[in-house]
Amino acid sequence: MSDRERLIERMKSIMGPKGVVSDHEQLRTYECDGLMNFRVRPTLVVLPETAEHVQRAVQVCHDEGIPFVARGSGTGLSGGALPHEQGVLIVLARMREILEVDIPNQRVVVEPGVINLKVTQEVAPEGYYFAPDPSSQLVCSIGGNVAENSGGAHCLKYGFTTNHVTALEVVLPNGEMVNLGSKSPDPPGYDLVGAFVGSEGTLGIATKITLRIVRQPETVQTLLAAFPSPDDAGGAVSDIIAAGTVPAAAEIMDSLAIEAAEAAVHPGYPDADAILIVELDGPAAEVEHQFDEVVRICEENNSTEIRIAEDDAQRALFWKGRKAAFAAVGRISPDYFVQDGVIPRTALPEVLRKIKQMSDQHGLRVANVFHAGDGNLHPLVLYNGNVEGEAERAEELAGEILVLCVELGGSITGEHGVGEEKKHYMPKMFSEDDLNTMQLLRCAFDPHALSNPEKVFPTPRLCGEVRPGPRRIHPVEKAGLAQVF
Amino acid sequence: MSVSEVVQVSVEDLKNIVGEEHAREAKESDAVDGVTPSFVVEPGTVEEASAVMKLAHEKGLRVTPRGSGTKIGWGNPPSEVDLVVSTARLNKILEHAAGDLVARVEAGVKLEDLQKELSGANQMLALDPPEASATVGGIVAANASGPRRLRYGTVRDLLIGITVVLPNGTVAKAGGKVVKNVAGYDLGKLFTGSLGTLGLIVETTWRLHPVAAASRTVVVEVESPAAAGATVQSLMHSTLVPTMIEVNRPGSDGGGTVAVLIEGIGPGVMAQAVSALEITRHHGTPRVLEGREVETFWDDALKSPWDGDGVGLKVNALPAELPNVLELVSDAAGRNGVTSRVTGHAATGVTLVGLSGGDEEGQAATVQELRDIVGSGEGSVVVVQGSPELKRKVDAWGPVGDALTLMRRVKGRFDPGGLMNPGRFVGGI
Ligand SMILES: Cc1cc2nc3c(=O)[nH]c(=O)nc-3n(C[C@H](O)[C@H](O)[C@H](O)COP(=O)(O)OP(=O)(O)OC[C@H]3O[C@@H](n4cnc5c(N)ncnc54)[C@H](O)[C@@H]3O)c2cc1C
Repeated sequence: MSDRERLIERMKSIMGPKGVVSDHEQLRTYECDGLMNFRVRPTLVVLPETAEHVQRAVQVCHDEGIPFVARGSGTGLSGGALPHEQGVLIVLARMREILEVDIPNQRVVVEPGVINLKVTQEVAPEGYYFAPDPSSQLVCSIGGNVAENSGGAHCLKYGFTTNHVTALEVVLPNGEMVNLGSKSPDPPGYDLVGAFVGSEGTLGIATKITLRIVRQPETVQTLLAAFPSPDDAGGAVSDIIAAGTVPAAAEIMDSLAIEAAEAAVHPGYPDADAILIVELDGPAAEVEHQFDEVVRICEENNSTEIRIAEDDAQRALFWKGRKAAFAAVGRISPDYFVQDGVIPRTALPEVLRKIKQMSDQHGLRVANVFHAGDGNLHPLVLYNGNVEGEAERAEELAGEILVLCVELGGSITGEHGVGEEKKHYMPKMFSEDDLNTMQLLRCAFDPHALSNPEKVFPTPRLCGEVRPGPRRIHPVEKAGLAQVF
Repeated sequence: MSVSEVVQVSVEDLKNIVGEEHAREAKESDAVDGVTPSFVVEPGTVEEASAVMKLAHEKGLRVTPRGSGTKIGWGNPPSEVDLVVSTARLNKILEHAAGDLVARVEAGVKLEDLQKELSGANQMLALDPPEASATVGGIVAANASGPRRLRYGTVRDLLIGITVVLPNGTVAKAGGKVVKNVAGYDLGKLFTGSLGTLGLIVETTWRLHPVAAASRTVVVEVESPAAAGATVQSLMHSTLVPTMIEVNRPGSDGGGTVAVLIEGIGPGVMAQAVSALEITRHHGTPRVLEGREVETFWDDALKSPWDGDGVGLKVNALPAELPNVLELVSDAAGRNGVTSRVTGHAATGVTLVGLSGGDEEGQAATVQELRDIVGSGEGSVVVVQGSPELKRKVDAWGPVGDALTLMRRVKGRFDPGGLMNPGRFVGGI
């Protein structure tokens, strides 16, 4: 029996024959996540049904020195769930149970494979919802949200996944299972929940997640305003926030993004160079007053048309075009890169001007969609992969945009994560010392670098002075790709 | 350790780094929970802080970072301290980007000074721990919070960037200057509440909030812990968005008050106050405070329930457990001959308990009884103020569960020499 065959047998003995995928063709289903330009076929895929399955599978990987990668729904946009070719892909999609709903304490406990929107659907009858609402919420998993610290259109006011997770059950890369955090506030000790959320699968696998749920607001009001330029729309957002209002959402799309959305889902947006969607929520008396002010501010910033959602159906229509924007760009361009840079909000006009210049220089179109309230840009760099050299130029342009974001005091990623895609940009944001310090945390959790290795950090490092445990030559080390750190 | 034992280091070595006036031999008043250090040093820049830490590392000096010293008694007494590194001179507000609602400040800036600066732009850092003179670095290290946490969260929800000096002198940063950012590990959260056991915090970047234009206070008199609990629950599950929901129970029996602070814009807060009256009147006697009584009320309600030399506990439980916690505290205190006074950020599950009277034996037994019940569920009971004698009888933190081994590994990686605040943190870390 080969090593691989032996591994397959061991995994089958843990989760049954149906829990293991080893056929070459079937493995292809798992070779990429939402970022489809990176593809790797794993050695095998396992589909655990319980935390114990996960623990035992990880234990096997640890004993054998085999890397593993967790995967939720595979919608990640940075290659986080890209498999390791010598590794096991641990797919959590079968762990879909909502374990506990505790309305009096505003908590829900779920398995990692539970779909984001399911949580909201579960608690909606009680007047609650789960605040982080990535556009992918119909399909993405809570485990993936935890790993990516996902946000959504409403996170300016309500925060990201990290603000809504209070406890985790985690299988560590050595197969130990630990409980981090607690259902109640301020557990003593290091905030390892805070350290784990956003760690992109590199610190272990979350097998149980305790979430905070939020009371639905009394009122929601949404408007859509057309502007002669994205600058004007950005100016309106700055003025709204300067007036002391924190909108539940503030989203801008430029003309190219509007065109794409129109072609794909026909939201009937006004013909304009930019549109702004502003949503306010909260107590009725307060929202009404603030909403009037938002209308006035939009007018002052040269808005040419303002539409106010009369009901939920119209609100949904406003959002439909925005939420479909990424995919919609496929209607106006054969290929595109999605970027996820962040800038201080006040730098918006400058960034837009510079992106325009860069786009002209490279001879490529850039569509802009952004979470304007928190300065998170999603420039979509359009190209045609069949035209020789265009993909490279597009990648270069996308990279230049990220560097620009960092230069202006921002970040290379606001919500999609570093993953495989952006790890080489990490040194633009962080010094060698910064990265080495982050590595200390990694080494505490995963001294053998088995959990989603080679992601997030530009150069794989292994940890020195490993505490008692198996010391095997890591595949990365064997291939001469890393030194012991 | 006495001066003579730290043979390899003299105060001159420290002065060489920070200048003549900023290093000295320690005095009795520099003691950390009863343990007197040898030296106190006040670096004026991040570079100086790094050089000091490097020296301490090379010479094996045990270091306690100190801000204003308001929480120097937190945690367990350290096993040893050689050097207090004070952030008092790291007191610059480096940047206030009002349009971005972000501020970058050195760790030694006092919260009250920062708030004063920010108020010029009608903004605030939405943290309100009881000690206004606390430094922002100390607030992060202690994860200090106040009643506003109901609406704005705690340090972990507001800190967006951090720069630290590791025990070996390495200067490292994480996070950034923008609210939304998922690049790299969130070391800001790791350092939040780490009580100086992983390194020295030198710089912090914060998300700010606008100061509300108007406010209203509704106070509900309640007759029993059960009524207090019902009042809080009714508010929590309403669509009101209060800034604070505070419970007060001055004595060991009978009732107290549940107070609600509503902030926002004029017409909004009045409407919310009216709803609050409506919602709570089934559980107690509510009224809207007027004029000067507002300030008087809050001054009193937000006072710490313990005195300078009393015992202070922070009970972290689920919010629906409030009535049980209130009963439990008065019962346990009564059984052990001590008197309790309770306030709390009720809708978050955080209850603050002051114990007075009785002896250390009784205080310790009270803590233990609370831990046996609150701690066996989902909660914890932390001694935030207490005499060294009390802390010899009960650990300041209580049990932390099965994550302790992992916490020790984290500590081992960041501070392999065990030099930072040894013994003060959970599980002897
Ligand atoms: C159309 C579209 C729109 C999107 N919109 C948004 C948006 O608005 N906001 C946003 O933030 N993101 C958005 N995303 C990105 C993506 O949906 C999120 O990152 C999501 O959280 C990923 O969840 P997933 O279950 O698909 O995770 P996967 O892609 O399967 O995995 C993501 C990462 O999480 C790790 N992981 C998965 N499960 C676990 C676990 N249980 N324990 C530890 N690690 C784990 C994986 O190893 C990987 O590194 C969008 C994606 C698409 C395709």
